[in-house]
Amino acid sequence: MKINMSESKKGNCSDKMIQGFMKEIFETYLPVKDNLIQILNEVQDKFGYIPEIAQQEISKFLNVPMAEIYGVITFYSRFTLEPKGKYTISVCLGTACYVKGSQKILDRLKERLKIEPGQTTEDGMFSIDQTRCVGACGLAPVFTVNDEVYGKATVKKLDEVLDELLK
Amino acid sequence: MKTLEDISKIREQKRKELELRVNTKLDTREKHILVCHGTGCTSSKSVEILENFKKIIKEKNIENVRVIKTGCFGLCAKGPIVIIRPEDTFYAMVTPDDCEEIIQTHIIEGNKVERLLCKDIDGTKVNSLDELNFYKKQKRIALKNCGVINPEDIDEYIAFDGYVALEKVLKNMTQDEVIEEIKNSGLRGRGGAGFPTGLKWESTKNVESDQKYVVCNADEGDPGAFMDRSILEGDPHCVIEAMAIAGYAIGADKGYIYVRAEYPIAVKRFQIAIDQAKEYGILGENIFGTQFSFDIEIRLGAGAFVCGEETALLESIEGRRGHPRVKPPYPAVSGLWGKPTLINNVETYANITKIIINGADWYNKIGTEKSKGTKVFALGGNVNNIGLVEVPMGTTLREIVFDIGGGIPNNREFKAAQTGGPSGGCIPKEHLDTPIDYESLKEIGSMMGSGGLIVMDDTKCMVSIAKFYLDFTVSESCGKCTPCRIGTKRMHEILERMCNGEGTEADIYKLEKLALNVRESSVCGLGQSAPNPVLSTLKYFREEYKEHVTFKQCRSKECKNLTQIEIEADLCKGCGLCQRNCPVNAIEGEGREVRTINQEKCIKCGTCLTKCPFKAIK
Repeated sequence: MKINMSESKKGNCSDKMIQGFMKEIFETYLPVKDNLIQILNEVQDKFGYIPEIAQQEISKFLNVPMAEIYGVITFYSRFTLEPKGKYTISVCLGTACYVKGSQKILDRLKERLKIEPGQTTEDGMFSIDQTRCVGACGLAPVFTVNDEVYGKATVKKLDEVLDELLK
Repeated sequence: MKTLEDISKIREQKRKELELRVNTKLDTREKHILVCHGTGCTSSKSVEILENFKKIIKEKNIENVRVIKTGCFGLCAKGPIVIIRPEDTFYAMVTPDDCEEIIQTHIIEGNKVERLLCKDIDGTKVNSLDELNFYKKQKRIALKNCGVINPEDIDEYIAFDGYVALEKVLKNMTQDEVIEEIKNSGLRGRGGAGFPTGLKWESTKNVESDQKYVVCNADEGDPGAFMDRSILEGDPHCVIEAMAIAGYAIGADKGYIYVRAEYPIAVKRFQIAIDQAKEYGILGENIFGTQFSFDIEIRLGAGAFVCGEETALLESIEGRRGHPRVKPPYPAVSGLWGKPTLINNVETYANITKIIINGADWYNKIGTEKSKGTKVFALGGNVNNIGLVEVPMGTTLREIVFDIGGGIPNNREFKAAQTGGPSGGCIPKEHLDTPIDYESLKEIGSMMGSGGLIVMDDTKCMVSIAKFYLDFTVSESCGKCTPCRIGTKRMHEILERMCNGEGTEADIYKLEKLALNVRESSVCGLGQSAPNPVLSTLKYFREEYKEHVTFKQCRSKECKNLTQIEIEADLCKGCGLCQRNCPVNAIEGEGREVRTINQEKCIKCGTCLTKCPFKAIK
């Protein structure tokens, strides 16, 4: 199974590495406050979460208090403060998928991994997310593993994918 | 940098080359294999299909055949879709392994690959797109180029009248003439509220300021709606062109498009389109040698539904939490960084170029008295033809669900259609013949919304659906105003009680009163419309609420705590296995007798269901 992993998922990243990356992206932005969300998006994409050290760097660069950065991060559902597991499984709970039974798939996933949406398993392997529409409504119900989309999903299909990943 | 003459030349030359895309009768040896690259088809390997075609064509050294990636064809349920032009052959559910056969049989031997031909609902194979009932009642204006051109090639856009409207506006029309044309067309905002677009442009133009902005709202938050994404993925240049026209009309030189980060393909294609337009001098300084300059930047959202509300969107572009502002002042007076700002939705922009080219009178003739033009709907849920449909305003729900959508799968009954997402309402079958426009939908307790249209069959519990939408608004409420922050939460709690079998009759009354209060007193559109799913289901499916609270029953058996487990007398052989395993001794009967469940004792644990060897327990 080919699944892309973001940087943090491949291994722990040191503060130095994060600072290095921050320095790199700051070169492409002007130090004005409206770039905050753009920069956070890049950090989230790169590391899979927004490390505290990155927040401190952004705070210095944009001259925005840490509290405000925290406020923005917690407001937008795409940003997370904790590292995600190696595999993030997101079940789409958009209306089209819900009507076609995606709740059952989410329930099964919770049952098998014994965690709730937003949490990560203790071994750092899996995280569960619930998303609102990935746009593949024609394939409803849909779940994704990292970036890979699994359409016309059933509980059985989910079990197969999980068994494969657990091998 | 290209001059106007260069662009005209490209148009003429490319148009000839691409004639076979739109003219099925064209006599040519060339063939174009179009592979859908919308999000739906991409998720089911259309990228691999395209690569495979290219590889095979190269290996076999075939001439006169081109493989092109296009935007969404609309019929997402049949994806991945491959269409061969000029003959317009429609292959459905193609896999990467089918490419070889399509090339060999269709391209080399000239026969159709029968097994891959798309089938209509009744099972008949269709040879071309136009034969499908799905397309017959549609009228494509906003989606005109989707599925026809390669969205990553500006020349293909130019070939089909691309940037003609911008040239016309810059060379031959004054600002007021442009606004007058849009006003006369009767175009209204496609984002949901339906405010007349021309008036919005006029009021933004009339404010004096040294700086103004044009914003495109592409934060399509309604779960289950995907028309804006499909337009951005399939025809990004038409949005760029329209934004530039809007910039000229109101006197702005800077535009922003706010897109959801969850739409990576749309973002990527839009960026390519911006870069190409800049390279051609269509964006930038002194466009087409005139005094007019215009530039567009992309801003990414980060997963907040409320940012689709125009003032929350502006806050987000400015880098803050997406809290809506109190209106007035409206963005037309004080928007981005306090400057006059024009905000329109993607689909609204997608209509602009066609109105400028064909004239307001042409547009005016389509649709109903108060709602002109067409509307794109994302048809989803329990319906056969899931996909994107564009119909003239005034088309009835029945036509959309049954004629275009092909009806309900698995011989189930139609129960309700939900328009407008978490802000809209559920429409029951009594209103299937309502012609769809802004006013009529509002009258029956729903709203146009951005265009999500979810069909539900009779297995859906309407109380659970209301709870589902409330669950959404509770988690998406920004928390700024109390009625929305706390009111939606309390409503959700009541609905949860009902679904768990703990509701009382007074709860229905409380729920309704609370819903009306939240609607009246919330700050922004999110809170004001959040009670709609509750109010509309209370209006049309009140008896289901009553069953939940009075008889503790859920007729669609969706609410677990309200379903009864029963033993079917015909199937029961009296083996007693269920009885021996029941943890609470709720099963009665002796010897070989047919067993029954004492509902008062039953805790609905489901043990008997799994133990019965005859599947007699349901």
